[in-house]
Amino acid sequence: MAEKFKDELLHDHNHDGVDRRGFLKCMAWAGTGAFCIMQGGVLKSYSMSQMSQMADKVGKGELSFVQISDSHMGFNKAANPDVVGTLKTAIDKVNALSTPPEFMLHTGDISHLSKPEEFDTVDQILKGATPKDIFYVPGEHDMLNDDGKQYLERYGKNTKGAGWYSFDKQGVHFIGLVNVLNLKAGGLGTLGHDQLEWMEDDVKHLKSSTPIVVFAHIPLWSVYPEWGWGTEDSAQALAYLKKFGSVTVLNGHIHQTMQKVEGNVTFHTAASTAFPQPEPGKAPSPGPMKVPAEQLKSVLGITDVSYVHGQHALAVVDSSLA
Amino acid sequence: MRRIVSTAVLFATTFGVAFVGLRAGERSISAAAQQKPDATEVKIDNFSFGPAELKVPVGTTVTWTNRDDIPHTAVSTDKIFKSKVLDTDEKFSFTFSKPGTYEYFCSIHPKMTGKVVVQ
Repeated sequence: MAEKFKDELLHDHNHDGVDRRGFLKCMAWAGTGAFCIMQGGVLKSYSMSQMSQMADKVGKGELSFVQISDSHMGFNKAANPDVVGTLKTAIDKVNALSTPPEFMLHTGDISHLSKPEEFDTVDQILKGATPKDIFYVPGEHDMLNDDGKQYLERYGKNTKGAGWYSFDKQGVHFIGLVNVLNLKAGGLGTLGHDQLEWMEDDVKHLKSSTPIVVFAHIPLWSVYPEWGWGTEDSAQALAYLKKFGSVTVLNGHIHQTMQKVEGNVTFHTAASTAFPQPEPGKAPSPGPMKVPAEQLKSVLGITDVSYVHGQHALAVVDSSLA
Repeated sequence: MRRIVSTAVLFATTFGVAFVGLRAGERSISAAAQQKPDATEVKIDNFSFGPAELKVPVGTTVTWTNRDDIPHTAVSTDKIFKSKVLDTDEKFSFTFSKPGTYEYFCSIHPKMTGKVVVQ
């Protein structure tokens, strides 16, 4: 089983002109000299030396936003003793983008241990970000002791259930989902019946030409179920999105960037601002990966997303903190 | 052959001790109360419980220690016990007073599962 996944996740970064209908998976390792970008529904990978050229292209979108993830405030082990510093660097990077993003998404694990002071510190740092609107979904580390009560008080105003909600920006429909509660022994992330029902209803009235962006903490595709990197009932959620021409799914949790295109859906995971995790199956466990201090910022990062009207596609660019 | 014999001896010794412990407990409650209960450890390393299956006599206190850089929990599937979130090097103990099979998992990383068999 592990072998199978390893093979599927391999990607040839020299490969250009991807067949859209093909089953494509791509891993972009910030810091190893390649990153991925999707334009017009086609995903391409580029070497880091071409990054400035790409930044120009995506700067022309009519909607751009930034995804940050997994700040794990409170983490202080060898993999990164300064998560405050790296989050600040991420925000500096956001503020330096040539096209100011309209808002930010935080895809969870804001804190490491759900402590009030950890949330406070992140809130304080994010106040320094140019985009003032920040939309959150919780990670499992944000709902550790109280089934999410504190998280909902802080970030869950105007949300439904355990914190799910949707909103519209420039004709793009955004759906924030919660898949970190009520996890069952031996299982993966879970959305649950109530949330799925809500989602079905939420998208029912939308035109099929509406671009959809779904964001949640744990990946909504099976990145590596052996490590719990997937969501039990994500197939049901994706089934509700079948009629739409452009669906982008943004996740965190696995502390590395990875992309996959499947039919009308592009899946994307963001890097952590705190510490990297190993490639699926390439370590005994998904624990924090220790890299030399001078390399740390190259494996942490932010994701910058632009939407261009008329193309019905989103371009996703990952930037490392280096 | 020698190896098989020594393994058999080891087995006999292990089970013998467990058996005596159980018998002592049955014979006299007050005597059992005076004895220090058996303590057994489960270590959490690399996102797994070790040993994944632990066999202990009734009355044993099992202690879980998280040795990962990431917090974990030990939560009984049947809600019989539930640790708080264990950060690095934190411990949780539970005393098993009834025989049975107690399955548990980490509620943060549910792929992590374990079992305590109390005899």
